Amino acid sequence: MIPELGQFSLVLAAVLSLLLGILPLWGTYRYNTTLQALARPLALLQFILVALSFACLAYAFLNNDFSVKYVAAHSNSLLPKPYQFAAVWGGHEGSLLLWMLMLTGWAAAVALFSQSLPLVMVARVLGVLGLVTVGFMLFILFTSNPFDRLFPVPADGRDLNPLLQDPGLVIHPPMLYMGYVGMSVAFAFAIAALLSGRLDAAWARWSRPWTVIAWAFLTFGIGLGSWWAYYELGWGGWWFWDPVENASLMPWLVGTALIHSLMVTEKRGSFKAWTVLLAIAAFSLSLLGTFLVRSGVLTSVHAFATDPTRGVFILIFLAIVVGASLTLFAWRAPQVTLGGSMGLISRESFMLLNSVLLVVATGAVLLGTLYPLIIDALNLGKLSVGPPYFNLVFAPLMVPLLFILVPGTIARWREANIAEMLMELRWVAAASVVLAIGLPFLWDSWSIGSALGIFLGMWVALGSLHNMVERLRKPGRIGGSFWGQHLAHFGLAVVVLGITGVKSYEVERDVRMSLGDTVSIAPYSFRLVDMVDVNGPNYKATQAHVEVFKNDKLIDVLYPEKRRYFSSAMPMTEAAIRSSFLGDLYVSLGDPIAGDKPSWSMRFYHKPFVPWLWAGVLLMVSGGVIAALDRRYRRRNLDAQLKTVGEAMSNAA
Amino acid sequence: MKKFLIPLVLFFGLVAFLAVGLKRDPREIPSPLVGKPAPAFSLPTLQGDKPFSPADFKGQVWLFNVWATWCVACREEHPLLVEFSKTQSVPIVGLSYKEIQAADQANGPLSDEAKLGLARERSLRFLQRQGDPYKLSVMDLDGRVGIDYGVYGVPETYLIDREGVIRYKQVGPVTPEILENKLLPLIRSLEKS
Amino acid sequence: MKRLLLLLSLCAVTAWAGEAQPMAEDPKVEARLVVMAEELRCLVCQNESLASSHAELAEDLRREVRKLIRDGLTDAQIKTYLVERYGDFVLYRPPVKPLTWPLWFGPFALLILAVWGLARYLRHRKALVHQRMSETDNAQVESLLKE
Repeated sequence: MIPELGQFSLVLAAVLSLLLGILPLWGTYRYNTTLQALARPLALLQFILVALSFACLAYAFLNNDFSVKYVAAHSNSLLPKPYQFAAVWGGHEGSLLLWMLMLTGWAAAVALFSQSLPLVMVARVLGVLGLVTVGFMLFILFTSNPFDRLFPVPADGRDLNPLLQDPGLVIHPPMLYMGYVGMSVAFAFAIAALLSGRLDAAWARWSRPWTVIAWAFLTFGIGLGSWWAYYELGWGGWWFWDPVENASLMPWLVGTALIHSLMVTEKRGSFKAWTVLLAIAAFSLSLLGTFLVRSGVLTSVHAFATDPTRGVFILIFLAIVVGASLTLFAWRAPQVTLGGSMGLISRESFMLLNSVLLVVATGAVLLGTLYPLIIDALNLGKLSVGPPYFNLVFAPLMVPLLFILVPGTIARWREANIAEMLMELRWVAAASVVLAIGLPFLWDSWSIGSALGIFLGMWVALGSLHNMVERLRKPGRIGGSFWGQHLAHFGLAVVVLGITGVKSYEVERDVRMSLGDTVSIAPYSFRLVDMVDVNGPNYKATQAHVEVFKNDKLIDVLYPEKRRYFSSAMPMTEAAIRSSFLGDLYVSLGDPIAGDKPSWSMRFYHKPFVPWLWAGVLLMVSGGVIAALDRRYRRRNLDAQLKTVGEAMSNAA
Repeated sequence: MKKFLIPLVLFFGLVAFLAVGLKRDPREIPSPLVGKPAPAFSLPTLQGDKPFSPADFKGQVWLFNVWATWCVACREEHPLLVEFSKTQSVPIVGLSYKEIQAADQANGPLSDEAKLGLARERSLRFLQRQGDPYKLSVMDLDGRVGIDYGVYGVPETYLIDREGVIRYKQVGPVTPEILENKLLPLIRSLEKS
Repeated sequence: MKRLLLLLSLCAVTAWAGEAQPMAEDPKVEARLVVMAEELRCLVCQNESLASSHAELAEDLRREVRKLIRDGLTDAQIKTYLVERYGDFVLYRPPVKPLTWPLWFGPFALLILAVWGLARYLRHRKALVHQRMSETDNAQVESLLKE
């Protein structure tokens, strides 16, 4: 009954999204305000219906309703309740429903928080979102229905993939989807602006907070994914350039370019066409990501099990949405006005360079991800493109980006003075160079890579601090936008330092341990003191007790496990991690080794600065949120705001 | 202002590639050994008499089929191979690939003779029950010959010509369509030469 | 005296018994293996490297690579050995050959093109804006230029 209610709710929501996609837009074409006014209630109602549908699916999971095929495939009566809930998005169909929840959720949010926007704009934005929603609805209802029944009803489900039975699953996909899907709002604003024929600073002002929030969620989602891989997979890796990972990185890179470009459009009315194109690109990359993950064209550990029919459907949908947007762009963009003038060296040109570098980086990632497919499609063979390629190509692109970040934040609008900038940054530059050359010696190993990494990290960090200190010296309120951006830049610097630190200084020991054995990674040492059997709710595990010493003083006991879930043949490693400000101690339990004394293969890692990766991501996310919540976006009287197009003081955000 | 059309054009190019990509299997790896001489080896046979090497079959066209009793997908093609062996003159040589698995040594490692003995026993029993399409079968217990042949999954089948050159590799079970459309025509043309 | 020395050395050995032995028989070989295996693909996995995969074929191939390292082959020779059997697919670092020139040089070429295009655009734009200065739009923009 409940599953049928869920399905019915979804069908109703699909009808509403069709109405939302057609009526308000028709209303804008016909200057009919009644039709336009339908946008908000339709958006809210479609969200409620999708939420209801989602609740029905969750109900089916929490009540072990294995007559629903999707529940039987991804759940089990022994699965702990929180994972039974998270299993809703553990597979293709349910994760699509989560997409729908997010998409209609964002539309509802726009409906609620757009009181200061003109109705005709709201109608267009929500209309576009409605059209996108219809496509997904049709996809779910016709090819990926989570409410399909299964007869005969199995006694129990197949259980959730053990890799997913982890707090990471509860939070990573929802956050990631919030970001992915959030890009649809910037997209909708861009399309709405193109449709209206008016691309001006106002559109950029309205778009910006929505884009920044979506970006913040995406940053958080990607960071969570990395963190999850790090502690779950047992070998301490956190980025593999897997196609699905790349699929989330690309919208993020373009989203970052978009945020910076929006800033220029808002301030000086320039780059309008470019900003619109970036907005279209960001969401297109989200859709492309959906295609790559669910169509089976690329192999990935993250890929959902799918069939080619679904792939065809998504591809057609992608072709229509992006094709129509780019056609509209080609038609309307030439009519866009130019905006203010800018010098060869100016804040605007720095922002453009930022865009260029990020877009080239996105292009590189896209090229690497799709190259095997392109070569195969041309019948030229089978290739693999993996981490060695991406690391070699991506890192050099990030170097100039990080470098120009600092001058970019102090350059004057319109015309910047290089001599002045050099003067202002001399201490930041000097300190960064000194630290870059000197710090590696503290760890007894100097390499050009680590020096460069430290230089860039310190450059951005000190540059951000410099900006904050200088601004504090001046009078006047400082808005969230200012703090947000410099906090986010600072967070980026922390991430860079973290990556440099862990790549330069991590140590691994792969050893066989018997009870009483020790292994050391100076100044730490580890002793295996016990090995016990542990029973979990749906698994059995071997658990090691490892004492951790620093300079021969006991500081901790770690409990790495090897779990065997009832439902899966593959044993799972649960690594034990001790985190501190300067780094992680990471212990992973392997297989027992045959021999006279019982012994096990174990891996011990010292990963310095890894927590900086996660801390940096959190700082970036916070920066984004603070910037988006800047009060000036929420002020009712936007007209006065709109008139401030023009010369800005170099520090005004 | 044609430059504004560039994104659209590039996009449709992308869609075209993706569309073609949908028809491809990203996990299927073509063999670089096609057109090259079959790698040499000398392995003990199932029957136990003298060892076999590909040079022994120079002068004739033959099939080399990688199989194992634990391989579930092999069961799909087995009846077809048995049928083939009865009606066709082209001999099939089996490569018993890694017949001894981890489970067999759960209670302690086996000696090489013990492994060979167990593998032979199990394989013979299997062939007695399911039919024996093989002229002979060689025992590749540690998979080294498999690696030389670029074996990455079971079953796989190679078609080798009179000069001992690999002419075709089939990854996955041989289906009636593949037999009809690819293998048989190729066999016929190779036998003529 | 000899007996005493022997006894003492035996005690010393037992005292060291607490220090864990590396899993690998030869850490140097293992180190080379790990570095190489991270750039090789596990052929039966869903996009995993040879270094981290638990699949049986991955174990076999690691054993093979270890043997080849001990036999004295260079990294390049070992990679060639694997490519002869499995094709370029097994390499995570695609070889640089005409087929992959767009891949390896594309991003760099794109960067140069983009930066050059950017510089040209900025110069062109300056001229364009000066051109449009006389239009009425500009008067509106001027009036909006307040803080």
